[in-house]
Amino acid sequence: MAIRRGRGVAAINYPTGMNLGGDPTQALVHSTPTGNFMVTLSSVDLGQGMKQIMAQICAETIGVPTDRVVVDTADTDTGPHCMGTFASRGTHRAGNAVIQAAREARQVMLEVAAEELEVNASDLETDGQGNILVKGAPQKSISIFDVALSAHFKRGRSISGRGMFLIPRSYPEKETGAMKPSTCYAHACTVAEVEVDDETGEVTVLTMKNVFEIGRALNPKMVEQQLVGGSWMGISHALYETTEPYYPNRDHGGTDFNQYLMPGPGDLAQTEIIVLERPSADGPYGAKGPGEMCANPQIPAVANAVFDAVGVRIDTLPITPERILRALKAQAGAPN
Amino acid sequence: MAKVPVQFTLNGAEKAEFIDSGTTLLNTLRDKIGDTSPKGGCHQGTCGACSVIINGELRLSCLTLAETCNGAAITTTSGLSEGGVLHPLQRAFLDAFATQCGFCTPGMIMAAKVLLDQTPNPSREDVVEALSGNICRCTGYEPIIQAVLTAARSNSQNAA
Repeated sequence: MAIRRGRGVAAINYPTGMNLGGDPTQALVHSTPTGNFMVTLSSVDLGQGMKQIMAQICAETIGVPTDRVVVDTADTDTGPHCMGTFASRGTHRAGNAVIQAAREARQVMLEVAAEELEVNASDLETDGQGNILVKGAPQKSISIFDVALSAHFKRGRSISGRGMFLIPRSYPEKETGAMKPSTCYAHACTVAEVEVDDETGEVTVLTMKNVFEIGRALNPKMVEQQLVGGSWMGISHALYETTEPYYPNRDHGGTDFNQYLMPGPGDLAQTEIIVLERPSADGPYGAKGPGEMCANPQIPAVANAVFDAVGVRIDTLPITPERILRALKAQAGAPN
Repeated sequence: MAKVPVQFTLNGAEKAEFIDSGTTLLNTLRDKIGDTSPKGGCHQGTCGACSVIINGELRLSCLTLAETCNGAAITTTSGLSEGGVLHPLQRAFLDAFATQCGFCTPGMIMAAKVLLDQTPNPSREDVVEALSGNICRCTGYEPIIQAVLTAARSNSQNAA
């Protein structure tokens, strides 16, 4: 009887969004009379930071600072249609819709500015700080604040835009059954190091080293936040969490936080996160969906590390001490 | 049944309410007084989201009857900032990206405040111990632990 150490590796591809019947999201963008911009969505920010990302995307496209953008989400009565926040699709789908809507709004904004400056709209550019300048003659400029006032009170123009991003439904080819469930994949590779007590079956995760390829990280600190949390959730999926520990038998399922276990602050593995950026061709400014992907590779990595440590393959989650001990007994030839 | 009077100070302000006997402090704070910073997660003392400070001690407001708080001094996370300036713990949580959905954050900050009030220079183990009664489902705890350690360092620098 001993503490045995093992190391496991796993790599995954993870689709951004899903596409069972076509996957659309819409966005609307309009300016206020003072040149702030409102993004209206039905998508939900449930803590992953969607509002911040959509504000950045809208600001980047229109050419204003991020704090000039207000994002209104999650009201399906008043917002344009969105399929929802799931399948790591938010940044990719809503982001593309926001770009389209913001481009249309920007075009109106430039047209109004062109009338005010008596130049051609195609000769104008934004400085990202809230001003519109004549290309090559930046001394000739107008603030977006003044453009919005003019549009509202003088010229009767609505500085607004509509955005719709649709991944059309993909049907299987009749001959081969091949189809294209997603247009964009994120990737990850994880190495897990564990200790397994072959007397108690208890697993301790020592280190979790992850590399994530997530397209472009639109907000690197928020990406890191997702990945650190996700890596921890992956350990939880691998070793702790379940609603039905003896599925399909429903007995002994957890009924509250006491019985639905996740690793606490005292159970943390030493975690390493490396981000690789390979901008995706159809992502908003190259982004993919890192959300759910980042909690997946740890699971097979832990299972492989357990095999490396004690030589048993656990193929049911979570990898509990009970399952390890039963497998060790079976391996030794004892009846279960 | 007759209502019961309760009186205490909340974040330094006098509060007096008539409540149904048996009402928890959590429900009194949220529904009667309108301070929604303590959150109702499990309502059975498991998750720590409802944590408040009563007379300097960390308490679970979902397990505390309001009528036992007569004369007490109660602090919640909504009372920490002063004149729009965030408390060092709130600042550190923001800077460390230690909050995602935010539901556990007020309870975490309460637990951390009691720790730092009693142990101004905590070790990592002290922080882990202090947060072990609070559940977070988003962050993986590491950013929260780092935020508390950062707040402790900035406190000791200010004191020096």
